[in-house]
Amino acid sequence: MSNITVEQTAPAGTGRQPRLRTWWAVRKREMKLHKHSYLLMAPYMLLFFTFTVLPVLMSLLISFTYFNMLEFPRFIGWQNYARLFLEDEVFLIAVKNTLLFAAITGPVSYMACFIFAWIINELGPKLRAFMTLVFYAPSISGNVYFIWQMIFSGDRYGIANGFLIKMGIILEPILWLKTEKYILAIIILVQLWLSLGTGFLAFIAGLQTVDKTLYEAGAVDGVKNRWQELWYITLPSMRPQLMFGAVIQLTTSLAVADVSINLAGFPSVNYAAETIVTHLIDFGTIRFEMGFASAIATVLFILMVGTNLIVQRLLRKVGQ
Amino acid sequence: MNMILTLRRRRRVNRSFLGSFALFLFLAVFGAFMVLPLIYAINAAFKPLDEIFLFPPRLFVRNPTLDNFIDLVELLGNSWVPFTRYIFNTVFITGMGVLGHVLFASAAAYPLAKHKFPGRNVLFQIVVLSLMFSPAVTSIPNYMIMSWLGFVDTYWAVILPAFAYSLGLYLMKQFMEQIPDALLEAAKIDGASEYRIFWSIVMPNVKPAWLTLIILVFQILWGTDGNGFIYSEQLKTLHFASNQIIQGGIARAGVGAAVALILMSVPITIFIFSQSRIIETMATSGMKD
Repeated sequence: MSNITVEQTAPAGTGRQPRLRTWWAVRKREMKLHKHSYLLMAPYMLLFFTFTVLPVLMSLLISFTYFNMLEFPRFIGWQNYARLFLEDEVFLIAVKNTLLFAAITGPVSYMACFIFAWIINELGPKLRAFMTLVFYAPSISGNVYFIWQMIFSGDRYGIANGFLIKMGIILEPILWLKTEKYILAIIILVQLWLSLGTGFLAFIAGLQTVDKTLYEAGAVDGVKNRWQELWYITLPSMRPQLMFGAVIQLTTSLAVADVSINLAGFPSVNYAAETIVTHLIDFGTIRFEMGFASAIATVLFILMVGTNLIVQRLLRKVGQ
Repeated sequence: MNMILTLRRRRRVNRSFLGSFALFLFLAVFGAFMVLPLIYAINAAFKPLDEIFLFPPRLFVRNPTLDNFIDLVELLGNSWVPFTRYIFNTVFITGMGVLGHVLFASAAAYPLAKHKFPGRNVLFQIVVLSLMFSPAVTSIPNYMIMSWLGFVDTYWAVILPAFAYSLGLYLMKQFMEQIPDALLEAAKIDGASEYRIFWSIVMPNVKPAWLTLIILVFQILWGTDGNGFIYSEQLKTLHFASNQIIQGGIARAGVGAAVALILMSVPITIFIFSQSRIIETMATSGMKD
């Protein structure tokens, strides 16, 4: 309040200066008042800025240079980006694969998280806890790619081959992970298997917190079956969790790399499983072309944040 | 109690039997898809070598044996770095990382949730934005920063970034928002400092969120292979060692399954015991407009 009275009593001619000064004075006083808040946040924020914010800015700067870790970076303008989009054919394959993975695993895993959470929520408490564990366990079981390597192993001892040969569907074992036309499908399958993680738990929790009286009111107002209940009551009340889950699933689906490297090898046959992230790893840790790798990182950053912001905007419209 | 239940049930919309049956069948089929690979992995760890390479392959073990685990101990007894060292490395990295993350993220989440200081919204927006890209984006500059700081080839290159893991801060802040302000006001009137309020009032009230942060960071660090920062053999992690074993070829398939079983059983056990607390935390995870 006090700053307003100061402003009014100040002479008209020097209006701008004092207002600015008082604005700063107020801010400064506020900051001083909250010095404990800043102190509490300091350790986390120091690390967060060092290992997350600063790297994003550095990556942007380095992407405009030629840099091999030995010599001082040399500014080369847009050359890295021009090379990336016009000359690097493998990058275009990587972009195509990444978008394909994301377009399938993103929406499918998002809907799977919700649908399974929704059905599980109808179960009794004991069974609910058990089914939650069943669906969540793959995502925390660590890097269990070796199971999938055994399942899709190229000899007849592989589970998939053994099963299909026994059924008489195929006669000779298939080299699943070395055949271009199967690689993408297998990676998508494994990625989906791993994808019921944090978003899934958020949905389970969200469904349990939907106000029960809304359902009773809905029944009175003419909601006829569970599908209408889902559409008119459950989904709109879960909008915050739906938005959070979307960020988690989308970011994961654009970052596919570990599954590809562990199942299809690195590099994969004819780059059939190359993604933007594996391309980044290739140039950043093997070829040491840091400027070029940073350009890839920057493209990935823009792609991820851009898609997320668009999806957030769309989800904000749910139930409006 | 019984009467209230029947009343409530009657008020809710009819659920057709056919619909329920179809939905639960659907759940069971996909549940089987989720759990079968894990069941196969558990069984593989107890299979003798001739059963692993059996045609046609079988899901369940017929003659369970502990040979794979015994072979594992023998194999590791002969390795250059004692196996206990790998275990120590992973336990140390995971323990330090989890402890530091819960402390630092909670300390930062408390002011963000409860105090209105200049810069609060901007800081939180940046944290939310950081949920929208994966660590791959920052990997190259991170390596440079680590080498400037002299942390390459130390535990800290893996531990320090885990302290500032942004999903943990986000979930903790959302959870802290539901602590009643009156509780904090009362403590302030009694003359408690902000640090005291944080430590003796806020922290005990957010125990469910601790467990959530613990399992999230635990699972990342427990499975880390060093992220390319660790070169010295005596600093390498259990996960790295297990990869070496699995890559050892056909003769090691059983031992590989044994290691994988040991590695995956720890996070799953933690989740079994903390599930209800974690769900409680996730209830507040929503993004408000």
